Amino acid sequence: MRFFFGFIGHNAFQAWAVAENFFKEISGMYYLTRATFYCTFIEPFRGKPNKWKPIWTQMEEVGVKSTTIVFLVSFLIGVILAFQTASQLARLGALDFVGALVGVSITRELGPLMTALVMAGRVGAAFTAEMGTMKVSDEILALETMALNPVKFLITPRFIAILVMLPCLTIMADLMGILGGFLIGITTLGIDPIAYYDRSIEAMVIKDVVTGLIKSGVFAVIIVMVGSYMAFIIEGGAEKVGENTRTSVVVSMILIIIADLIFTSLFFFVT
Amino acid sequence: MIKVNHLRKTFGEGDKKLIVLDDFNAHFESGQITSIIGGSGSGKSTVLKHLIGVYKPDSGDIIIDGDPLVNSNRETLVRIRKKFGIMFQSGALFNSLTVEDNVALPLREHTELNENTIKIMVKMKLEMVGLRGAEHLKPAQLSGGMIKRIALARAIALDPKIVFYDEPSAGLDPISIGVIDKLIVDLSKKMRITSVVVTHEIPSAMRISDKIIMLYKGKIIAAGSPEEIRNSEDPRIQQFINGSPDGPIPFSKSQKDYGEELKEMRFS
Repeated sequence: MRFFFGFIGHNAFQAWAVAENFFKEISGMYYLTRATFYCTFIEPFRGKPNKWKPIWTQMEEVGVKSTTIVFLVSFLIGVILAFQTASQLARLGALDFVGALVGVSITRELGPLMTALVMAGRVGAAFTAEMGTMKVSDEILALETMALNPVKFLITPRFIAILVMLPCLTIMADLMGILGGFLIGITTLGIDPIAYYDRSIEAMVIKDVVTGLIKSGVFAVIIVMVGSYMAFIIEGGAEKVGENTRTSVVVSMILIIIADLIFTSLFFFVT
Repeated sequence: MIKVNHLRKTFGEGDKKLIVLDDFNAHFESGQITSIIGGSGSGKSTVLKHLIGVYKPDSGDIIIDGDPLVNSNRETLVRIRKKFGIMFQSGALFNSLTVEDNVALPLREHTELNENTIKIMVKMKLEMVGLRGAEHLKPAQLSGGMIKRIALARAIALDPKIVFYDEPSAGLDPISIGVIDKLIVDLSKKMRITSVVVTHEIPSAMRISDKIIMLYKGKIIAAGSPEEIRNSEDPRIQQFINGSPDGPIPFSKSQKDYGEELKEMRFS
């Protein structure tokens, strides 16, 4: 009995400590996000306007340089989807519908999600590693003592860049995925191009693309905020930078999937 | 210029509580160089972090040029911070920017000057630290001494009234130390800058300072001109300035007795 209470009590306290820590992180991230929104959307109208040069630099870094990998991944996803579904649909004599299936699943789900996951790995990690190194080498402290707001100076350009670029990349990923499915459909699978095109157009609606873009905006906020928060909390040295970069990628991937689930069910029930 | 009254700071809670600063009082005069010296862990960096508004003291107050720093709101803090420049131990230059952009950063962000004026001012500051011509290099291409001089150029970019130096001569060769020392003296004499130097380089502190404050375990054990410090009778000060291994300041940082600890070791 004594052992039982001791055991339960001890573990309950430990679980509570973990939960406390979790909520501490959540509230830290909330405050950083709030400060970022303020610095990005309110401050430019009150004080000095945003500088464009760092935003362009980040846009190039985040957007333009990510196009290759996003194109490749989404094209291959389209190809794979067409292949995988063809045999099942052929048994029903509905091979023409491969186009509809590829189009709908890419625009609704796979386009935004795969792009966000690729970007979480490519860009989120770079954010944490870069700003984390700045934190470790006192550069962020130097900004603060020079009366410059590190949030405005470091996070805002990245925030704007990814908020603009992720939806753009998502649209490109949608197109590439559909193209991949189409090329395989009309060549290897031998579907009539006109039929493929007609079935696709019938099935896809503009609403799917729009909901996909809304989702990718949310994913963008997740990637940049998790990446920045993980960098700003770094204390210590190089070891911690590596550790937090890894955590940043893992956490943003998990949050992206959770947000995806929430938004998908929201769109499912609401519309 | 800077007044510090009864500053006290502790870290940790309960029995792990560690007093890092105890009743620190100081007065940093305009146009004078004040050095804070002490061994590692004596609390001298903690004093600096309080002066630049990074740490909040448990009690006591700091008045910089008439503005109270402790518990000030964001606007006051920004106003105070524009009055001082700081040269970090590591330089803390922005690695992604060139030397020119590093020095120009405070000017671009805090003034309305046009780009041509900023370019001229950057050139002037680089000339002061003797590195004109290094504008287009990145910090990674510079040597340790050059990084510190660029950091100094950035610290004085806004013509501040106060400059803080964190270990300006740590890890430099003797000639670079001499150059940095001369720069610090020149700046404070010619431009009447109040300089606060945190260092453990005794010869350098003796050369440049008007006043030296020595810290030991978070307390001021001596304050006065270099001459007074040199002639002090206090064995702790003598040990520190002569760098002798034997004396009242212990070398070992361990709390426990060596013999006891050896006896308690268990091997499986």
